[in-house]
Amino acid sequence: MARGQSAALDRKKLMADPIMMTTIVVLIAFLTLFILYPLAILLVDSLYGTNGLSLETFQRVFQMRTFRKAITNTLKVGFVVGILSTLIGLLFAYVEVYVKMRKAVGGLFKVVSMLPVVSPPFVLSLSMIMLFGKAGLITRFLLHIYDNNIYGYWGIVIVQTLTFFPVCYMMLKGLLKNIDPSMEEASRDMGASRWRVFTTVTFPLLLPGLGNAFLVTFIESIADFANPMIIGGSYDTLATTIYLQITGAMDKQGAAAMAVVLLCITLAMFAVQKYYLERKTAATLTGKASRARMLIEDKSVTVPLTILCSLAACFVIMMYICVPIGALFPTWGYKFTPLTFKWFSQVFTKYRGLKAFKDSFVLSLIASPITALLSMIISYLVVKRKFKAKGFIEAVSILAMAVPGTVLGVGYIRGFANGLFHTGVLSGIYGTGLILVIVFVVRSLPTGTRSGISALRQIDKSIEESAYDMGADSLKVFTSVTLPLIKDSFLSGLVTAFVRSITAISAIILLVTPSYLLITVQINEFAEKGAYSIACAFATILILITYGSVVLMNVVIKYFGTSRKLKIKEAK
Amino acid sequence: MADTRVKQPKGVKLDHISKIYKDPKTGKDFYAVHDVDLTIEPGTFVTLLGPSGCGKTTTLRMIAGFESPDEGEIYLGGEPINALTPNKRDTAMVFQSYALFPHYNVFDNVAYGLRLRKVPKDEIKRRVTDILALVELSGMEQRMTNQLSGGQQQRVALARALVVEPGVLLFDEPLSNLDAKLRVQMRTEIRRIQQKLGITAIYVTHDQSEAMSISDNIILMKGGVIAQMGSPMEIYYHPNSEFVADFIGECNFLKGPVSSVGAGEATVKIAGVDVPVATDKRVSLGEEGEIVLRPEAITIADRGMLPCRVELSCFMGSYQNYHVRVGDTLVKITDNCPINKEIFDVGDNAYISFDKNCAHLL
Repeated sequence: MARGQSAALDRKKLMADPIMMTTIVVLIAFLTLFILYPLAILLVDSLYGTNGLSLETFQRVFQMRTFRKAITNTLKVGFVVGILSTLIGLLFAYVEVYVKMRKAVGGLFKVVSMLPVVSPPFVLSLSMIMLFGKAGLITRFLLHIYDNNIYGYWGIVIVQTLTFFPVCYMMLKGLLKNIDPSMEEASRDMGASRWRVFTTVTFPLLLPGLGNAFLVTFIESIADFANPMIIGGSYDTLATTIYLQITGAMDKQGAAAMAVVLLCITLAMFAVQKYYLERKTAATLTGKASRARMLIEDKSVTVPLTILCSLAACFVIMMYICVPIGALFPTWGYKFTPLTFKWFSQVFTKYRGLKAFKDSFVLSLIASPITALLSMIISYLVVKRKFKAKGFIEAVSILAMAVPGTVLGVGYIRGFANGLFHTGVLSGIYGTGLILVIVFVVRSLPTGTRSGISALRQIDKSIEESAYDMGADSLKVFTSVTLPLIKDSFLSGLVTAFVRSITAISAIILLVTPSYLLITVQINEFAEKGAYSIACAFATILILITYGSVVLMNVVIKYFGTSRKLKIKEAK
Repeated sequence: MADTRVKQPKGVKLDHISKIYKDPKTGKDFYAVHDVDLTIEPGTFVTLLGPSGCGKTTTLRMIAGFESPDEGEIYLGGEPINALTPNKRDTAMVFQSYALFPHYNVFDNVAYGLRLRKVPKDEIKRRVTDILALVELSGMEQRMTNQLSGGQQQRVALARALVVEPGVLLFDEPLSNLDAKLRVQMRTEIRRIQQKLGITAIYVTHDQSEAMSISDNIILMKGGVIAQMGSPMEIYYHPNSEFVADFIGECNFLKGPVSSVGAGEATVKIAGVDVPVATDKRVSLGEEGEIVLRPEAITIADRGMLPCRVELSCFMGSYQNYHVRVGDTLVKITDNCPINKEIFDVGDNAYISFDKNCAHLL
């Protein structure tokens, strides 16, 4: 029994489809060159020194006390943040799905889940310093504590938890909604109390999902660069240590070895999350809720839970609001009135803000359609087509999700500064806007691909097959059938890519050259210098841009989206 | 529509086709389709029938080009097409889920294939209008597909496949999403249109009554191989195995030794009685014979061929349903128009009889 003939025929059919063939080849080349190669060169560089193949570099970095400390710091922070975020996320998700609450509280929840998406990564660090730091509004002026040190371990933990728990909340909300209420009703019917229902039915069903949420946050936390940079003080994590190793110690080889260590940690976590927990989650929670859940109306439960969550939500929102307000005070911590726009005008007059916004805006604007289209093409190929290299394309584009920005940044420095494998080939792209655009694309590709894949899985495979059967070639099938059907997903992918690009910092900060001013890099600089007011002014404008583009997307989807139109008709 | 037969229908030849899949659980290769060898004449309606997993859909998808065969060659109108992609093959498929394009209206759905073929605009309009009239959907051109009922969606899918005048029309269980009544109506419709256009059709279904009512020829498959090929009547009355007999309609099997052999007939000893059965088969005395008997071919009365005891008697409207015990064997009987007949109750003793020409020796 040999499957040779069908393989040969499939190959022949693929060859007869030049567009598909080219797409696949180009994709493989892109993924290899810009994701696999930079990671591979890190490993090569850290193993292959002047004395040939050796573990010398690794021994060297592991002998640094700062590096060993950074590893334990990173893991400690990641672990605590993972647990805290999962618990708070669970609380929010449970309250939203199980407890009857007022509309206004629901609105609060929505805002909380939305904020981290549209805001640059270090906004919370800024407001944390401004509210609880030495000259913090709350610590100094409300509580009269004059030497509160927010920098360090607790600062990072609090800020990261507040940044990442909405992700857990959204993940767990989806899972809780999928639990069939009749299971819990059966348990309650047999005499279990609400608490017992939670501990014996809901919680066990949710357990793999909780593990999943924990690991996702863990990975996010250890990959986070911006927050530890601003609020970490002398408490260094791996991401910041690597950055300093390059910018401070100018030790690129050492940084490469450190990056390999960081990458190994995230990849291991990612592998567990992807191949063990995600599957388990899917296995335990396959059922769709058969009907609506009876919400908890018991006041002794609803009131405390609602108040707790509302307070937490208000706290988070206050943290975010602090940033624009901070930009309006004449001098933060000393002079609060009269409110002034001087920082905003200084952004443009004194600090070349216009160029920064233009550069960031233009580069992100170029990167986002490329990302959106690329991720839709990858999703289409992965979900709908059958070919040999499919596994490779899927694996690499998902793998990119587990690569911390700092690691990628170091990889690009090592991989492209002197050309491919230090031969000078392609070295021309280093330091240009092109490489920044490529980094933007690579950084947003996994999210886009993931949402594209789930959108395409919803669409019956035979719709595309029928177009194909009718005589359409691959390009025609994609443009006339696939793309129109996932227009919404494409549009939101476009905006997500834009927002992610314009707020990105971790990889970019290592690669940007003086010819480009990027907003996030600027904010980081001002925040490090302690110029919080100007940093806030920059951040406020950035938030306005990202929020504006999300609003724009929703409007566009509302009026031009396909699936929405179809949904409305079906409802009638 | 003076002449609807614009294009010659094409014949299909499957030359020892096999398809190998990997079992996802065991990781072992197995034949999903094994050595399927058949010829479909142009203009005929052929059904691939069988239980799920028998390889019928895989066979159809190999003809369409979505799957590639591991052995053998597929010919369409005499040309080998193994290496052609689906869009280059002169086939059109009607899918189980209809696979209509939800972002197009009815007209654009039907016109899709014609536009790909760069047919001039006014001709597209004419042909789409004609074909929609044929499937009785005139006036629905501007509807979106989700505003149509299941039956109407099915008609659009059919029109979309027909309008490109394919050499072969392929159907992948097209009626399984419709309710029972509509299913019967639509299959008559499909048959009417196929005969009117004189098109070649290959139809996949697991529903034997659908297969019987619609086809010129049935290819019954089991476990990836052809179990039997033939006209519906041949397969119904002359099944070549217990599987075929049982799959095509309800069936009784009476087993016993062959007790006499004559010209064109034989007798089989069942419950001590020599039961005659017409057969062309060469059988020898004493060998195990198995009589296939359809429930409607049996009569039940106070006297007759074989004594039996009634175990179930149930009024079904158009017929009385009996389960009776003959020796050790359970025999199902459907007795039509029970109002004119004596009804036997559970526990009654009675006799069954049947015509030797209605029975078949396996």
